[in-house]
Amino acid sequence: MSLKYALFTGCVAKGAGRELMTATELVCRKLGIELVEMTDAACCGAGVISEDNEMVADIINARTFALAEERGLDIMNICITCQGVHRKCQVKLSSNPDYMSRVNAALKEQTGREYKGTVKIRHFGKILLEDYGLDKLRQAVTKPLSNINAGAFYGCYALRPHEYSDLENPDDPDEMERIIEALGAKPVKYPERLKCCGFPILMMNKRNSMALSGNAIKSAKDAGSDCVITQCPLCHLNMDAYQPEIDPDLNMPIVHIQQLIGLALGMSHDDLKMNTHIVRPTGAVASI
Amino acid sequence: MAQVTFRIFRFDPEKDKESRYQDYELELEPGITLLNSLNRIKSEQDSSLTYRMSCGSAICGSCAMRVNGHALLACKTQASGLVKDGVIQVDPLGNMEVLKDLVVDLEPFWKSLKQVDPWLQPDVSDNPENERLQTPEQFQRIDDATTCILCGACYSDCNVLGVDQEFLGPASLAKANRFIFDSRDAKTRDRIEFISEMNGVWDCTHCGECSTRCPTEAKPLARIMEVREAAMQAGVHNNNGARHALGFRETVGRSGRLNENYLPPRSVGFLNIPALIGLAPVGLRMFMRGKNPPIIHHSIDKADEVRKIFSKFEDYRHHPTRSSRPDDGASD
Ligand code: SF4
Ligand code: SF4
Ligand code: FES
Repeated sequence: MSLKYALFTGCVAKGAGRELMTATELVCRKLGIELVEMTDAACCGAGVISEDNEMVADIINARTFALAEERGLDIMNICITCQGVHRKCQVKLSSNPDYMSRVNAALKEQTGREYKGTVKIRHFGKILLEDYGLDKLRQAVTKPLSNINAGAFYGCYALRPHEYSDLENPDDPDEMERIIEALGAKPVKYPERLKCCGFPILMMNKRNSMALSGNAIKSAKDAGSDCVITQCPLCHLNMDAYQPEIDPDLNMPIVHIQQLIGLALGMSHDDLKMNTHIVRPTGAVASI
Repeated sequence: MAQVTFRIFRFDPEKDKESRYQDYELELEPGITLLNSLNRIKSEQDSSLTYRMSCGSAICGSCAMRVNGHALLACKTQASGLVKDGVIQVDPLGNMEVLKDLVVDLEPFWKSLKQVDPWLQPDVSDNPENERLQTPEQFQRIDDATTCILCGACYSDCNVLGVDQEFLGPASLAKANRFIFDSRDAKTRDRIEFISEMNGVWDCTHCGECSTRCPTEAKPLARIMEVREAAMQAGVHNNNGARHALGFRETVGRSGRLNENYLPPRSVGFLNIPALIGLAPVGLRMFMRGKNPPIIHHSIDKADEVRKIFSKFEDYRHHPTRSSRPDDGASD
């Protein structure tokens, strides 16, 4: 069965994190996963539009779900924040039929569309585990990353609150580690791997924001990790773009999980645009 | 019956220089709670083991502690579900100093709570002779927030408190919500302005720990999101958090997509020269790597649909109340 998804890119993969878009497209093409980019889907609101108006945020996301349903495809997210926001909206709508009908009435009035409640919404990593399968991924690896110690950083929206998480055990998950292992790398579980990267308060309290990402990077480093693997481009941005301000001596490469997979599939740093990162690949990561 | 190792954090400031873990073996009876397991260890194996408890019924809030790194109520949790590789690791709450074993100094928690004036402040000019009544609907609006039992589990696991003890913290912000939405309170505006300041409601990083650990329906993150919405509606906008939310609405409402070049200066304020200069280094770093967001901001396809939805913005405002809350039962 061929795998085909409606790709919700999110804003960052089209903006400051374009390397994530490149890596996703390359990896999916190589693995034979077909993507249809949802060029007409709007920003998920990142939990910020709902600070101002919760219902508008839900209508916008219901529109996105309807667009995927119209295409007859399930949604693939490549940003954990988008994923968490989408899932929360979906759970809210399905657990409250009255609210769902009000959201749908507004959606219909403005766009003529309707969300039916059938679309499945998952992050890239979850799709890889559930639909593609780790055995197949293992077979596709041409360049096992046997020298790499890789510390996964999950991102809050993948984990909490639990009712919106699709991980089996969000208090002690191993989904990312299983992918890392399939690539031949050694997963490193470090104490701060389930913490917040601090990105949401970057504009409100930069000191605290940087303290959070700094702690996470240090924790990964102390545990012997060569790189931090992210599945959210916002975690990536905070840990990579701000790293020189946090502590210029950290020198910890921050790598999107799609890029790590790309490396194991034989792609180069240039293919995967790893050199657009603020912290250039160093040590074991540079030598792949 | 399964044999389980309880690995318990021990520290006695009068005897120990450093904390240590001590293992206790216990046969778990079916259905036994963590608290009753500790009670058995204390009565049968080691009377020096120290922890707080009282009601045994998830009411008093004294028995919060950390298990396998996460805060919970010991009396509300069955021990069997906590076993990991034959071990249950028990630690005191985080973000507070340990007094002895599993007992922490809750003073910072109480201190932050006092800052939000956690009492009703009605308008007394009418000299009422009877008590102030609420309709069931008015009470429902604050019902969830009133269920807080002050256990401190949220305070323990809050990520921001982990790096900054000045942050008001989840329970205090949930308590502020409880009075902001109380129909009898007359200090609504003052309360909103106070929690909109530095270290208040906009400093929460949305890590979700508080709502995940909270043993009641108080669910602080959900309450924080409600208070942010109330602050936006009340027009308390003179802070980075509110400006950030406004900027988000402006750019997504126009183009369907976030303009990452617009949002940072919009958030700190276009006239805030020092803060604008503070944004320059990261902007430059990203520019040098070709990582800056595209200079020309592109709209999504069919952005007019999004504009239409946003143009009805106020009509679609959803006023959450307990009875109609879309995620009733679920937390934020
Ligand atoms: S969501 Fe906010 S208040 Fe709650 S624990 Fe996280 S940072 Fe603290
Ligand atoms: S909000 Fe919840 S976790 Fe926090 S003190 Fe109250 S009951 Fe405990
Ligand atoms: S002993 Fe009272 S809440 Fe647990």
